[in-house]
Formats: sequence, C-alpha cells, structure tokens
Amino acid sequence: MTVSQTSFRAALLDAEHPAPAGLTDGHGTPARKRFDVYRNNVAVSLTEALVTAFPSIHSLVGDDFFRAMAGVFLRQHPPSSPVMMYYGAEMPAFLADFAPVAHLPYLADVARIDLALRRAYHAADATAVDPSAFGAIAPEALGAVAFSLAPAVQIVSSPYPIHDIWQMTKGGSKPSAAAQDVLITRPEFDPVVDLLPPGGAIFFEQIGIGQTLGAAMETATGHVPDFDLGGLLGLALTRGALTDLTRPPAN
Amino acid sequence: MSNTKNTLVVASAVAAAMAASLSAPAHAQAQEKCYGVSLAGENDCAAGPGTTCAGTSTVDYQGNAWTLVPAGTCADIEVPAATDGMARMGSLEALDRDLPA
Repeated sequence: MTVSQTSFRAALLDAEHPAPAGLTDGHGTPARKRFDVYRNNVAVSLTEALVTAFPSIHSLVGDDFFRAMAGVFLRQHPPSSPVMMYYGAEMPAFLADFAPVAHLPYLADVARIDLALRRAYHAADATAVDPSAFGAIAPEALGAVAFSLAPAVQIVSSPYPIHDIWQMTKGGSKPSAAAQDVLITRPEFDPVVDLLPPGGAIFFEQIGIGQTLGAAMETATGHVPDFDLGGLLGLALTRGALTDLTRPPAN
Repeated sequence: MSNTKNTLVVASAVAAAMAASLSAPAHAQAQEKCYGVSLAGENDCAAGPGTTCAGTSTVDYQGNAWTLVPAGTCADIEVPAATDGMARMGSLEALDRDLPA
C-alpha cells in the first residue's frame, strides 16, 4: 500500500476529495468509509480545540455559528505543530477577513486577548521587580532606571472597547463605545486582563524596547498630556509586569 | 519638559506606585494553585486546547452553515462609527448584506 502524504492531507481537509488512492481496508477494497470517519474526527476535534482556545469569540457569536466558522478556519489553517496549546494563531487575521462577521469588526482584537491569555499562561516564570527596590535609589536617579517586561506581559490595542466586550463575555455589563487597550499579565498562576489607561500601551512599548522610566514617561506624555505614570507603574508592579531593574551607573 | 520637572514627576510617581503596590491588594489576593482551577470563570481555558482530544463521530459542519447568524451577546455591542461616519452596532440582520455570493 502506498499513499502519498500530499494526497492524504488534501483529502483530509476537503470532503469533496475522494479517499486517497491506495488506502484499502482488510479486504483490499478502497477504505472510503473509514477515511470519512477519520476525516470527520479530525474536523470535530480541531473544532473542539478552537472552542477551548477562543472562549470569548465562542460566547460572542454563539455555539452554532462558532462551530460552523471553525470548520472553515481549520481547513484554511490546519495545525502546523502537534502541540495544540497555541493552535489558532491565525484566528485574528481570519476574523478580520471573514465576510459573515464583517459587521463585528472588534472580533479580531477580542481574539487577540484570548490568544494572549494562553501565551501568558504558558510564558516562562520571571522574578518581578520588588517595589521596595525603588527605596534604595536616589529620587533624582529614578528617571534613569530601566526594566525588562516579564515574559507573560502582552498588550492588545484596539479602536474598539475590547476590555468591556471581553468582560461582557464573562457576565459584565454592556460596553461603551470607546477605544481600549488591555494589559495581560500573570502575577501568580493565572493570567489577568487589565484595562490600560490612556498612554499605557505606549509606555509599556517604550519600556519593552529598553527606554528608561523617564524617557518612556516623556514619550507617553507626548501622546497623552495627562498621562498618569504613578497609576500605571502601580498597576505594573502589582501585576509583576516588570523584571530586571537596572540602575544607571553611579557617578 | 525640563529635566528638573521630569525628575520630580518620576520621583513622585514612583512613590505613589510603591505605596499602591505595597498596600494590601497584591498580597491579599495571593493565589494558591488548587487542582488547576482558575479564577472566577475568567481563565477557564487558559491552558488552551490539547489536554483532551474528543474524537466523536458526529456529522461534520457543512458550508451551508452560513445560513446561521451569530447568536449571543454581539448584537448588544455598540462600536465606534465607521470612517464614513455611519454608526455601527452589532447586528444580526446585517449578515444579509455581507454574505458571500
């Protein structure tokens, strides 16, 4: 029996394809029905994986719609790795292009939150900056300290009220119409989603590329004049988002 | 922004942040891992798929499923107006015009 992997895979993802030639049952006849069962199990189990992977999208569009949509997604984007925990990375782009949800333009960004939560869950541990460490630094030197972001830290920015929408899928109230950015962290064992204040996403981006506290604040203030560094830094420390505090060399 | 003012702003912000993060919340809400149970329904699927693999043999989902419309909470959501100024809301009816040919 010889079956090429290419023809097997093509038939696996498209029910219009016949069972791959050369695939036979114990009697030497084409194993069409057996292949149908296998093909179906692949689709069903990947659909289940997507339901698990995108609970917010599942909640927003409903079970029937989500499962039908998953059937389209999984054929366009079958897994590229046997490790399923990150399956669905293409979902935001897929949702952005998928005509039947064109009137729900926020779905892609909400899917990014679902993805970020999973990545945060599996991100490496890191030792967060202890807030008391600032006490050992001279006040005039604080602007020159820099940090790394913890591996779990992720930002999702959106022109839509994605934090409110995400919370609504967990039983929150109806969203208001406003652009929202969210911060995903993992202070202890489970990921946490926080609404970022205006300028917060810019600040984290600047810290992430190695800018000092002072420089990051200036950049954020340049975009958002009433940028509140104290509140944002408090959130970052509480969530363990900052690691590896580096001080300027003493002079 | 002058350097002096900058320094003052950073110093007072750090002081505020230290006070905020050292006070109750972070430590009062310390978690313990309990059989992998996650917080209040928020992260029930945090680990993602892959721990189970249901191979049930129900009928597969067909392309004609697009007669379905998203049901759920989406229709209640107001989103900012489109670039052409048209107000947009989540809507079930809107599907009629966006369906592929």
